[in-house]
This record gives sequence, structure tokens and C-alpha cells, in this order.
Amino acid sequence: MTQLQLQKDANAAAHGSEPAHTHWREYFSFSTDHKVIGIQYLVTSFMFYLVGGVLADLVRTELKTPESDFVSPEVYNSLFTLHGTIMIFLWIIPCLVGGFGNYLVPLLIGAQDMAFPRLNAIAFWIIPPAGLLLCSSFFVGPPQAGWTSYPPLSLIDAKGGEAIWILSVLLLGTSSIMAAINFLVTLLKMRIPGMGFNQMPLFCWSMMATSAITLIATPVLTGALVLLAFDLLLGTAFFNPTGGGDPVVYQHMFWFYSHPAVYIMILPAFGMISEILPVHARKPIFGYRAIAYSSIAISFLGLIVWAHHMFTSGTPDWLRMFFMVSTMVIAVPTGIKVLSWTATVWGGKLRLTSAMLFAMAFVSMFLIGGLSGVMLAAVPFDIHVHDTYFVVAHLHYVLFGGSVFGIYAGLYHWFPKMTGRMLNETWGKIHFVLMFVGFNLAFLPMHKLGLEGMNRRIAIYDPKFETLNFICTMGAYLLAISTLPFIGNAVWSWLYGPKAVDNPWQALTLEWMTTSPPPVENFERVPVLATGPYDYGMSDLNGEDDANQEVPFGKDFDPALSAGPDSSLRAGPDPAVAARPEDRQGESQNRD
Amino acid sequence: MKQVPNSITTLIVGVTITLVSIWYAQNHGLLPTAASKEASLIDGLFNAMLGISTGLFLLIQGALVVSAFKFRRRKGDDTDAAPVHGNVPLEIVWTAIPAVIVLWLSVYSFDVYKAVDSGSLHSMHAMPKTAQTAQPGRVATLAGAAIAAPLPQLTETAPQPETRNQQQQDAAMQDPATANVRNDQVPQRREAPGAGVTSPQFGPDSSETGQPPEFVVNVTGLRYAWIFTYPDSGVTAGELHLPTGQEVELNISANDVIHAFWVPAFRLKQDAIPGRQSRLRFTPTTIGTYPLICAELCGPYHGAMNTQVIVQTPEEYRSWVQEQTETASSSSSTIASNPAEQSASEFLAPYAEQFGALPQLSADAQTMASSSNSALLARR
Repeated sequence: MTQLQLQKDANAAAHGSEPAHTHWREYFSFSTDHKVIGIQYLVTSFMFYLVGGVLADLVRTELKTPESDFVSPEVYNSLFTLHGTIMIFLWIIPCLVGGFGNYLVPLLIGAQDMAFPRLNAIAFWIIPPAGLLLCSSFFVGPPQAGWTSYPPLSLIDAKGGEAIWILSVLLLGTSSIMAAINFLVTLLKMRIPGMGFNQMPLFCWSMMATSAITLIATPVLTGALVLLAFDLLLGTAFFNPTGGGDPVVYQHMFWFYSHPAVYIMILPAFGMISEILPVHARKPIFGYRAIAYSSIAISFLGLIVWAHHMFTSGTPDWLRMFFMVSTMVIAVPTGIKVLSWTATVWGGKLRLTSAMLFAMAFVSMFLIGGLSGVMLAAVPFDIHVHDTYFVVAHLHYVLFGGSVFGIYAGLYHWFPKMTGRMLNETWGKIHFVLMFVGFNLAFLPMHKLGLEGMNRRIAIYDPKFETLNFICTMGAYLLAISTLPFIGNAVWSWLYGPKAVDNPWQALTLEWMTTSPPPVENFERVPVLATGPYDYGMSDLNGEDDANQEVPFGKDFDPALSAGPDSSLRAGPDPAVAARPEDRQGESQNRD
Repeated sequence: MKQVPNSITTLIVGVTITLVSIWYAQNHGLLPTAASKEASLIDGLFNAMLGISTGLFLLIQGALVVSAFKFRRRKGDDTDAAPVHGNVPLEIVWTAIPAVIVLWLSVYSFDVYKAVDSGSLHSMHAMPKTAQTAQPGRVATLAGAAIAAPLPQLTETAPQPETRNQQQQDAAMQDPATANVRNDQVPQRREAPGAGVTSPQFGPDSSETGQPPEFVVNVTGLRYAWIFTYPDSGVTAGELHLPTGQEVELNISANDVIHAFWVPAFRLKQDAIPGRQSRLRFTPTTIGTYPLICAELCGPYHGAMNTQVIVQTPEEYRSWVQEQTETASSSSSTIASNPAEQSASEFLAPYAEQFGALPQLSADAQTMASSSNSALLARR
């Protein structure tokens, strides 16, 4: 019997009786079901992705020629300001954390829902009004100071739009703090019996790291924005130099959140890739603990690297040296992950599905972004390329080549679970090829542009950069086109696609042990762990009797306050929990 | 890792990747001309990092691409692969190697930074607001010196050790030309983080080693122009003229919003922040004309806020200064090259046309300028 069969048998009792039929109206309501909320997040953020993408293509259209000939320079500044803000606060963060986090975390740990379902729904319902508010700034003169909104510039131009921007980002930050609390409590308190930290799927580790960063860093952004709003609306001078304020203090406060935010945007994607690669490579994840603990290391180190965004801002020498070293060191845990993923793929039996292609592209594109990131950490070099297209290339390799490829990998992988329908693989591969080519055309030449002296956030540039910019613009158009096959595929498949089985990829994690889509409250009974989350190929190796397989139950090292069988929160050993259904006695006590 | 290729293949692949990386690091052609002494050091660092990155990229990307072909599922094979959960020695190795690489890179970068930083390349100093009118006598001396000798007097403006922190920017405001273009309504920071004595510095400061910069140029950023004032000669210009082979210190500030002084050919960049004075020290080496760019978003016309650095032979530079001084004196019937006689907007009018923008100078700035002017006249 394979591990898959073992896990399936063990969870036969937990298996949902029939797939959920969620009425479409449910998705427009204040639902407290984490799966509905997850899909609400995914669809909403995808809409904003399309808006942000249109803005990006307008920016690239302006940059096709060196002159400012497509929109006015004021509008141009608004375009990239809103492009950045929307992509970060309304697409990547809500999609990865809110969307995939909400949908997957309870399923992966065998819980019925998130710890605070109403808080969860409130956190989601802040997003659409905040996003619409931000877009409404188009009617009053949108913000022009970049997504970083450095004063004093942000206090001078387009004040109305700037005020709207501040309010909108404040709301989005609040939503993300609510979600972070919810994830931490859920992950710490609601794992099924027997799932210690080291039996958690890696996505749970990365969500734990992400939520910790969000909780620590987001309040600082809130503080910075409130002070900026005072300067803007009430005429105080926290950051306004004409009143004796210090604009550099804003930069410190802003980046204290916004650098960790980069990890908020990439860690969940790391987690999803760690789930997807083993399934489609049919091989256990290489170095589970190294990957899990490196997420924690990244979330800690991510908090102490912020001033590398400010090497030219007039920071003192010792500060530059400290932040250079801490930034360099963060390459080590990140490198561990990349190498572990590569080793996971190496020697596998790869099923090159669309999800797998996106996941492997994620690793290789993120690799490029990571290498240029190490270069940027070196102060003398950073001083040259700071605020240039080299940085633009770097950040898009990390956030597009990384996060967005990761999001697509996740969408192709979990679409059958979420909708109960299969996506079309051929169209998925067409989407992949177009996007991969478009992405590299759009962003690879930017490295050279930046090194040679093209600064960012300009509508007018030196004519000697025209050829490369033209290539970038064509790549951006191709990227826009590449989205169409996906949209068509997703809409058509959701409505008419072939029905998905419970476990189309033969995966071992718990979300595949119930129906597709899972019923409300996910499982009929508490699921059990008959195997580890990545034990592919195990029984093929030793050929032992399956009864001798080690089942990670009630380990001594289970913390006393976790939900395991030895938990002090429990009245006594739970006879309802056993690997094989026939060994169980009675109903689970924690499932009423 | 069961299917590691045999050792000979591994060796060949390793050697090839190494050679390709080393070759590419030397022949990438990605950087513009290096026109300062500091630029070649920074290029060396970049080349080293590019070589390492290329090697790692080829190694990991190669492994992924090979996997995609070699290890893809064969038709009809629905079994799983060998369950390798990890390999502790291998994991230790690939944790240790990147750790060593980044530590080495940190040390290397630190070395380059220190070498570039021989006179505290980037540092910030806070200045009390009253400083610019504190020493009218000194203003007169400076202006007088400029009249007596239009050629750069290299040691005249050297910082005095006891007033180092203030003197760095006082020098800027004591120069009437600079006082005229700078917005002194912005209070200077006293105890800004990273400013003045509050910041420990690596490397000796120029005033400590007794090596003053060979000459100083005050740089003022305003929307959307750079203005360069030369305290030695009283010249005000919209382009930065520098003699080759001489160490120059730029004293950088901004009037309205944050700008950033960037010369790609020098590989140097420093933000110009209102209320702060930042310094940049370097030695241009290669004669030529290079773009000088504002690198920090400063408004809608940010992309147009460019000018040029013109690195000249010392002779050409001297004749340029001469020419500028003569133009200035012929255009004004008052004391030679003393722009403090004029109001700020009056003075900047010819430049405004050149820059395509009107500098927004405050009434206060004009008052300041005329008060320092009357102090000057009183002394005379």
C-alpha cells in the first residue's frame, strides 16, 4: 500500500460526504466560511491585478519613446504611483496572504475554519472599499509621489490624491493586521491532534512567519502614515523640512514596514512552492526542517535590513555597514530554500503540469532576483544603481518572477480543489510560455538600462536608451496578452470544465483528503496524519508492512499547550484519534 | 541525490561554469565609462559579484533545466521517485558556502567603501540656522579673495578642525553666490540622525588627516535644476565643470524637495535633502562630458532634471572660470562677481531661462542675501 492509500484510508471517515455547492450569491455576502473568504480575496485581488496591469502598460506605452508624448508628466507620475500601490497592497498581499492563506491554512491543519471567522470576514470586506477609494483618487487628481510617498514631495503635489492614498493604505494595513492575528491563533491552536510544528505543511510555516512580520511591522507604517497625514492636512512638521521636520525619519519608518512587506509578499509564495514541487516531482521535499526554519530566520532578518533602501539618503557610515551585512546574511536562508527546491526536483519523476512549470519558473526567476539582491546589498555598488532601472528589474524579478509566478502555480495547483473543476492544461501551458517570454523581455533589459544610467520614475529619458525600452514595452504588452488565455481558461473551466476528483495530483496533504470543493467545515470528522505531508515514494523503498509505518502521534516533544493528545488542555487521551478507522473508538471529543 | 552524474562530467561542468563566469565578469560591457578614481574600484566589486552570480545562476538554472528534461515522468510510469528527505552534510555545505561568500563580499565591499571613503565620502552635517550671518567678516574675506585672485585658491576654504561640523556648510552659505541660490528658510538640522558629531564615522575625516579637499563646489538642487556655485571664484553655473586629477568636495543640499545627485560615470550618488548638508568627495580622472542626473523623484518634470559634468584639463578649467567671472562682471556694473548685490530672482533670471524653470526663492532668502550684502559693504 502506498503512502497515498494509507493517508486516504486513515481519513476516510473525515472525508466530506458531498462536495459543497456554494451559491454564487454567497460570494457577495458577509460569509464567514474561510473558503468563501479565500475565493473572495482571490477574485477581488485578481480584479485589482488587472487594473494595476493596465496602469503598467500605460506606463510602458509612455516609455516606448524617449519623449513625454503619451500622457502628461503629472499623469505619468500618478500611473506608476497607483501601479505600485495597487500591485502591492491590493494584489500580491491580499492574494497570497488573504486568498491562499485563508483557503489553505485551515484545510492543511485539518481545522474546520479560521479561529475568528467574523474577524476574517471583516478583514476581507475592508479591501474592496479601500481599493475603490484608492481608484477614486483619479477623479480628484491622483497621488504623484510614488508608492513610497516620500515627503516633502508628497506634501506638495496632488494633496487630495495623497490624502486618499494615505487613508486607503491605512485601511489596507488594518485589514492585514486583522488577518495576521487570525492566522497566528489558527496555526498555534487549531492544528489537529498529532500535528506538531514539525508535521505542519511548509505553507503553514511560511504563513506563521508572514503573520509575525505583519504584526510587528505594519503598525509602524500606520504610525508613519498618520504623521504624514498630520503634516499634509494639519500643517504639522514631523517630516516637513520647512518647519524643522526631518524627511529622512519618514523613510526609516516607511521602510521599517515596507522592507518586511517584501517578505510578506514572498514568504507565502515560498510556502506554496514547497507544497507544489514535491507533489509534481513525486519526491519528498528536500530538507524539510531547513526550509521551515529558514522561513523563521528570514522573517527575523527581514526586520533588520530596512535601511538598505536608504544608502544614499545620508545615513551614517556605521549604519550603512550594519545594514549591508544584515542584508547580505539574509541571502543565506534564502539560498537554502532555493537549493533545497532544486534538490527536490533533481532525481524526481516530474509531471510537467502547468502548476509545476510555474513553480519551476518561480525558482529560476526568483534566483535572478535574489542574485541581483545580493549585489544591491553591497553599499558601494548600491550607491551607483540606487533608484535606477536596475532596482526596477530586481524588484520585478522578485515580486513578479517570484510572487506572481508563485500565485499562478498555486492557482493551477489548487483550482480543482477550490472549484471542483479541472483547468485546461494546454491553455495553461500556452499561458505559461507567453508569460515567461513576456516577463523576461520586459524586465531583463532593465538591468542594463539601470547600470548604464537610466533612473527610475521618469517620463522623459535619454534617447540612447530607446531600443532597450522598446523591447521592455513589447514584453509588457506580451505579458498583458498572456493573461487572456488564463482568464478564458479559468472562467470556462469554472463553469464547464471537467469535474475534478478529490485528489487529482495524488498529493498527501490534508486538503486533498476531502471532497473537491470541500464541504462547509471541511471534514466530517477530525482528520488524522497517517503519513508526513511529503512522504512520496516511502513504501516503495522499504517494502515493509504498512502497519509498521511510523505515524507521528503524541510525540513526547509535543508542546503541552498544543492541541495534541498529550495536551494539558485535553481531559484525557482521545480514543477517537487513530490512524485506521477500525481502531477508533467513539467520536472525537474536540469536534462538537 | 542518487543520480549525481559521474565525477568526470561533474568536473567538466564545474570547470566550464567557472570559466564562463570569469570570462563574463570581465567582458559584460554593462557599465558606462568610468571617469573617476573611485569608479574603477566600484567596477571591480561589481565584476566580482557578477562573476559569482553568473556561476551560481548557471549551476542552479542548469540543474533545473536538466531536471526538466532528464527527470520528467516517462509514459506509463505512475510510481513515485526515490524518497530522499535530505542530506545533512550537503545542506551544511550549501549553507556554509553562501555564508562564506556573503561574508567575503561584505568585507570586500567594506574595503572598497573605505577606499572610496578616504575623506568620508558621504557624510552629513547639521548646521545651526544662525551660522550664515555669524561671520560677516569671513564673507568679506572670501569675497575679497575671489576678487583678488579669480583662480581657485585651493587652501582658502579648507575646513578648520575646531569648526568642522559647521564649517562644512557654512562655507556654502558664506559664499554669496550660494547664499543667493539656496533657500535658507529651511532650518538646518542640528541633531539629525546621521548628521554631524552624532554619527560615528569610518575612516579619517579630511580635517583630521590634514588633507583638505583640493576645492569645494556647492551643489543646490531645486525643481527642476541643479545649480553649482564655486566659492573660490564666485562662479554660478548650471553645469558642473571639474578639472581632472583634482579631488573635489561637493557640498550638496536642496531647496524644496529631495533630489539626488547622480553621475553614472563616477558611480556616485547622494541625496540632496532640504535641511541637510551632504558631502561627496571624489577625483575625476577622465576628460569628457557625462550626464548628471537627478535620481530621486522630485515632481512631474523629474525626468528632465538633467545636466552635464564636464571634466576638463586644469588649464581649460581655469579659462572657463575666467570666462565666467568676466561675463559676470561685464553684466553687472557693481563689484566684480558679487551676486549678492542682486535679489535672488534677479540674479537667477538668466539661469531660469537656461533651466526652463523658475527657482522658488523666498522673500526671506532675499532679505538674507541683502543683509549679508550690507554687511559686506559696511566692511568696505
